[in-house]
Amino acid sequence: MRYSALEVLKQGLTGNKTWKPAWRDPEPKQDYDVIIIGGGGHGLATAYYLSKKHGIRNVAVLEKGWIGGGNVGRNTTIVRSNYMLPGNEPFYELSMKLWEGLEQDFNYNAMVSQRGIINLFHNDAQRDAYVRRGNSMIMAGADAEFLDEDAIRKELPFLDYDNARFPIRGGLAQRRGGSVRHDAVAWGYARGADENGVDIIQNCEVTGFDIKDGVCHGVETTRGKIGGKKIAVCVAGSSGHVMAKAGMRLPIESHVLQAFVSEGLKPIIPGVITFGAGHFYVSQSDKGGLVFGGDIDGYNSYAQRGNLPTVEDVCEGGMAVMPMIGKARLLRSWGGIMDMSMDGSPFIDKTHISGLYFNGGWCYGGFKATPASGYCYAHLLANNAPHPVAKDYRLDRFISGKMIDEKGMGAQPNLH
Amino acid sequence: MIINHPYLGPRDAAEFVYLGDASLLERPDWQSEDAASEFHDYLHLRDNVAGEMRELWFHEQGDRSWLVVTRNTITHEVIKVEMARDVAQKISNGAAA
Amino acid sequence: MKQEFRIAESKVEKEPILHFSFNGKTYAGHKGDTLASALLANGVKMVGRSFKYHRPRGIFSCGSEEPNALVTLKTGQDVEPNTRATVIELYDGLEAHSQNHMGSLKYDLLAFNDILSPFLSAGFYYKTFMWPAAFWEKLYEPIIRRAAGLGALSGKEDPETYDKGFLHCDLLVIGSGSSGLMSALTAGRAGASVILADEDFLLGGRLHMEQMEIDGSSSSAWADKAIAELSSMPNVRIMPRTTIYGSYDHGIFGALERKTDHLKSSDGKPRQVLWRVYSKRSVLAAGATERSIAFGNNDRPGIMMAGAVRAYANRFGVGTGKDIAVFTNNDDGWHTARDLAAKGVNVKAIIDSRSHVNITAPEGVQTHLGTNVINTKGRHALSSITLSNGETLDVDCLAVSGGWSSNVHLTCHQRGKPQWNEQIASFVPGGELPVGMSVAGAANGSMTLASALQTGRDTTIEVLKDLGIKAIKKALPKVEDEASETSVFFHVESGKNRAWIDLQNDVTAKDVKQSHLEGYRSVEHLKRYTTLGMATDQGKTSNMLGLAVMADASGKTIPQTGTTMFRPPYTPVPIGALAGRSRGKEFRPTRKTPSHKWAKANGAEFVEAGNWLRAQWYTKPGESHWRESTDREALATRKSVGICDVTTLGKIDVQGKDAAEFLNKVYANAFGKLGVGKVRYGLMLREDGIVMDDGTAARMSDTHFVVTTTTANAVNVYRHMEFCRQCLWPQMDVSLISTTEQWAQFAVAGPNARKLLQKIVDKEHDISNDAFPFMACGEISVCGGTPARLFRISFSGELAYEIAVPTRYGNSMMSILIKAGEKFDAVPYGTEALGVMRIEKGHAAGNELCGTTTAQDLGLGRMVSKKKDSIGNTLSEREYLTRKDGLNLVGFKPVDESKSLQAGAHFITKESEPTMANDEGWMTSVCYSPNLGYSIGLGFINNGSNRIGETVTAADPLRGNTLDVEIVSAHFIDPEGERLRA
Repeated sequence: MRYSALEVLKQGLTGNKTWKPAWRDPEPKQDYDVIIIGGGGHGLATAYYLSKKHGIRNVAVLEKGWIGGGNVGRNTTIVRSNYMLPGNEPFYELSMKLWEGLEQDFNYNAMVSQRGIINLFHNDAQRDAYVRRGNSMIMAGADAEFLDEDAIRKELPFLDYDNARFPIRGGLAQRRGGSVRHDAVAWGYARGADENGVDIIQNCEVTGFDIKDGVCHGVETTRGKIGGKKIAVCVAGSSGHVMAKAGMRLPIESHVLQAFVSEGLKPIIPGVITFGAGHFYVSQSDKGGLVFGGDIDGYNSYAQRGNLPTVEDVCEGGMAVMPMIGKARLLRSWGGIMDMSMDGSPFIDKTHISGLYFNGGWCYGGFKATPASGYCYAHLLANNAPHPVAKDYRLDRFISGKMIDEKGMGAQPNLH
Repeated sequence: MIINHPYLGPRDAAEFVYLGDASLLERPDWQSEDAASEFHDYLHLRDNVAGEMRELWFHEQGDRSWLVVTRNTITHEVIKVEMARDVAQKISNGAAA
Repeated sequence: MKQEFRIAESKVEKEPILHFSFNGKTYAGHKGDTLASALLANGVKMVGRSFKYHRPRGIFSCGSEEPNALVTLKTGQDVEPNTRATVIELYDGLEAHSQNHMGSLKYDLLAFNDILSPFLSAGFYYKTFMWPAAFWEKLYEPIIRRAAGLGALSGKEDPETYDKGFLHCDLLVIGSGSSGLMSALTAGRAGASVILADEDFLLGGRLHMEQMEIDGSSSSAWADKAIAELSSMPNVRIMPRTTIYGSYDHGIFGALERKTDHLKSSDGKPRQVLWRVYSKRSVLAAGATERSIAFGNNDRPGIMMAGAVRAYANRFGVGTGKDIAVFTNNDDGWHTARDLAAKGVNVKAIIDSRSHVNITAPEGVQTHLGTNVINTKGRHALSSITLSNGETLDVDCLAVSGGWSSNVHLTCHQRGKPQWNEQIASFVPGGELPVGMSVAGAANGSMTLASALQTGRDTTIEVLKDLGIKAIKKALPKVEDEASETSVFFHVESGKNRAWIDLQNDVTAKDVKQSHLEGYRSVEHLKRYTTLGMATDQGKTSNMLGLAVMADASGKTIPQTGTTMFRPPYTPVPIGALAGRSRGKEFRPTRKTPSHKWAKANGAEFVEAGNWLRAQWYTKPGESHWRESTDREALATRKSVGICDVTTLGKIDVQGKDAAEFLNKVYANAFGKLGVGKVRYGLMLREDGIVMDDGTAARMSDTHFVVTTTTANAVNVYRHMEFCRQCLWPQMDVSLISTTEQWAQFAVAGPNARKLLQKIVDKEHDISNDAFPFMACGEISVCGGTPARLFRISFSGELAYEIAVPTRYGNSMMSILIKAGEKFDAVPYGTEALGVMRIEKGHAAGNELCGTTTAQDLGLGRMVSKKKDSIGNTLSEREYLTRKDGLNLVGFKPVDESKSLQAGAHFITKESEPTMANDEGWMTSVCYSPNLGYSIGLGFINNGSNRIGETVTAADPLRGNTLDVEIVSAHFIDPEGERLRA
């Protein structure tokens, strides 16, 4: 069923009674060419691009709960490609380009809204680092714009300029950055993949891998054994937990990141703003809620909830940079489990076990990467060779020393 | 969260800074034949346990002691708190013996 | 101003009369009223518009679960949007406005959306607005954004202040209704330290909203008596107006106390206090919330929760209508009819979906059993209802009861998973409750007064036993318990008429069915696809309905369909309160250097360096640009002598028999053989072989070193060294302590530095070049016996010292140094001149030590000793980190010396395109060198050490400053280091 204004009109006139399910609810088959473990954004995107770009349609997506229930359903919906390092920026820029054509591509309005992102800086060293980053962006084909203090004052008059502990000196803007309706991304990819013949199997938890002589032949699940030529793990947040079933230890820790939304308010914040001197970033959803967040709580956790010190720290940052939000109320908070990697960058790679592939380590930046992650993972699965923009996302990079460490924090996951 | 410091009693976790898995106490021998690979694994690979985990916390806003906290990563229950120095001493005694 | 709907005696105080305004019109009310009760007393029915269809809406409930009556309080900078009229305590002069309409509340232009509603069903926006692609941001989205949102912020700084506090107790009792009071009494009498918190300003919960008897008096009077007893107990803290909004790990709760919201002005006092409550145990006695029934056009003003209608009559003395009907699926709805009749309010009919009931109606009230309300009429307020038996009744208020749901919210904030209890048709607490939490009363499914009192007492006795506190068991108060029967019935088939489930977000039963049809069937998908329960009320009155309709659609039971989970906060918490005092200048602590006062008095401009404020430059009369001051300071220093406060550098005292060996392991370069009285530059790596920090270590004695770190890394380096000491090498005899704040330290640099110091250093200390050469250190005294430490180290490349005195002498030391230097025209210099001189000298600083740099990159590769074990040595040898053509730190100058270099520019070979493939490195630091007369820079470029003399392009497309630059040595001044040793 193709979605269109006309269809909405037609259905509206006839009582909205003949809409079709967005995806089927199939029983698992015995064998697949590719089994994707994890029905989150990345897993569904991988299935979509496998079926669409590479013609591989005998694919199953196994999801232990309901699709889109992981981090694609709990994030602050920001998309951007404002990275600094050559190992990252081309990848995220590919992602941005995919976002830009996504809705027409999969016929689902994910509300890709390029209202722009501005990172504020507060001193010369931060400025220099942002200039370096902005130049990287432009050199990778992305857009970047340098804003001095006057330009920021004009554009964001509601920030605290005159009584700030860390005065705002300027910012780095990416006008193509913005936000995307997160759930819709999962649903759009699911619907697109399903139309191409992919089986999306919910309530199907993988309990083990069928590995013999270094080759993975399939998985054991709560709904029985399922065979597969290629097994693609895509369960960021639970990567450590799942890959342990294949006997692998990873350069990843699981941490909790909290995010917050306020009650609905009339439009007041135009794009995304990040506060470089505190731990705070914010945007306003189409519904009017301020969607904001900050740092991870900082300790290993598989609980999808955090604690008060972080909540308060984030709000302190908010009030410091925009004291107009004092009477806006925090409506809901939630916690997601992040795969925090040792250098803050992800993995899209084969493993030492033949037929077993791994995608994870997205830290708290996985949402914006969804299209490119699926695209590059599909490429790897189809060609057995990495996509050029994802070639540095290797599991063995800590052996060679070729880390991709944007923040320069070293092998301590909670600092990335 | 509350961490029951062996000397100072219950303290809010916000007084502490978290480092990570207590396996970081077991630093490899630099002269070992396989030192490069041992150091790689030591520094980068994690069990990332969903359940009881031993981890290192630093009492930065307190007595500046490093603690080994045994904590459940699913429930956040703190099961045991030890002075890291005591644990490390045992490890080094064990290595010497 | 007659309050037409004010009826009998109640908890509101008749005198004095309070005046307030709503949408500009003035009304009268009383102390003890909420804005909602006062509006109802004045016959105001319509108070707002719904989110999507902009339907007229009235007051629906009498508590924090309110979905409809959201108003904006105050005006201008004080404006407070989205406030529930049902919890606003009335005060004289209160000013409120309705929100979310275009034009007046009555004639809202956006009400047009309601006509379009067939096309705005669940998820419609996912299926359209996609063509043409560019129209989303430019056309569709701006329109949607403008129409969406509820109230508006002022856009100006919130003028209120907020405080934070910490509380500890044996037992936190959440809720002050019957079970909460019983719990607090039981624990209080036993001597436990108790906190009793309730979100309401009047403690007692539903005891004030019912007409029941306890111990022979009214339940309300009993509550007042219980509160009086609790107030007399010094071990009990009673906190009205305090919402326990979240349950966190290990018995910690977040609480918001509203201190001045019930006053016209907070008068400079904190408006609210955010408490963190540390409890050994907690009793959740949060009661229950009534839920609605979905039927045709069930959203009109005048359609209310039955329990709320009863509460307005009993507690506030307000009749919510002249002719009221009750629609219920349970006995409790009948109690509303009974109480209203007792107060003389006309109850026209009771409509009960059940065919058989064991309860009788008040005299004169018609009853319709096995009957439902199927439709209603009334444009701006309810005028009539239509029953399934075809009758139409003219009523201005319909009291609806779909039964009561236990307030399980706080039980699910961690791992709890509510379980379905068929008998009371409600989810009750289940799964793993928060540590230390017990649940009593209606929150736990004990829905009658007698059982609430009993569970309140008994639960608490168990808790006390657990705490080792002996309870005094007293007989329970006497009440006449009445059985209350209910049924599972939430949805009337309403044909073409829309039946609302979520009133605020405009989710109807049809939307839920469509969500099922389209495959969004898990509760989470339902929520997300339809936005059910995502409004500011978090679906407190509506989630059950949605679940029931979904269960119907899928042919499952309610518990099979799913459960309703809740996340913090229980009710929304102002961001200002969560931030407390940490805003403006108090966002973070401000650390001032010891000479701050002197610097301020001498024209210093300050700059933030982490939490420190440092003098950036000192403006002399006549100087109008920072470059003038900076150039002057740098030139004067190199020419004669300059003084800079460098206290912010981290200082760590390292003492013990193994101090030298410890440093030998912490630093990558060798330290074992450093002689007493000597300083050595130290390079510290992280275990991954990347440079962590650099600094110096001075050996004051065999067993005593003073280590310095960079300002930025002082805290991290200290933490890291403690890790090494306690976790890696516990057997070493070494102790560490940070002394950054104990010693004020000053750099004295320039050819006349020694001469200057000789004027203040006490004579017995020989600091001549022979006695105190480059890299010497020692304990000395100055100014006639003041203890000091002297280090002959240089960051500027000049003959230089750093002199440290106890911090309390810091400010005078600065003026003494300047005075001693008068003869040499000594200048104070700030961080800008400091930066200029270190770039001229080619020293790496923060921009170069950015956490990805190796010793090899910095040209210090040979410092990393291969003959010993130290942190980072092993992994620094990894293949990529030791590659031949890797980055090297080198110097740069513009080919055209009149041009300025730009930090952050990327290097590409001349005439190549600025693309990532051509990227060869970047410029890290630049300055204008007043000594050389042109702009200079440091930067990393591939294989830079072997490319000295080559011209490359420094591309800065971001700012359009692309420039040809020459690669030069990083040591622009005195490459041989003769000045250092002079």
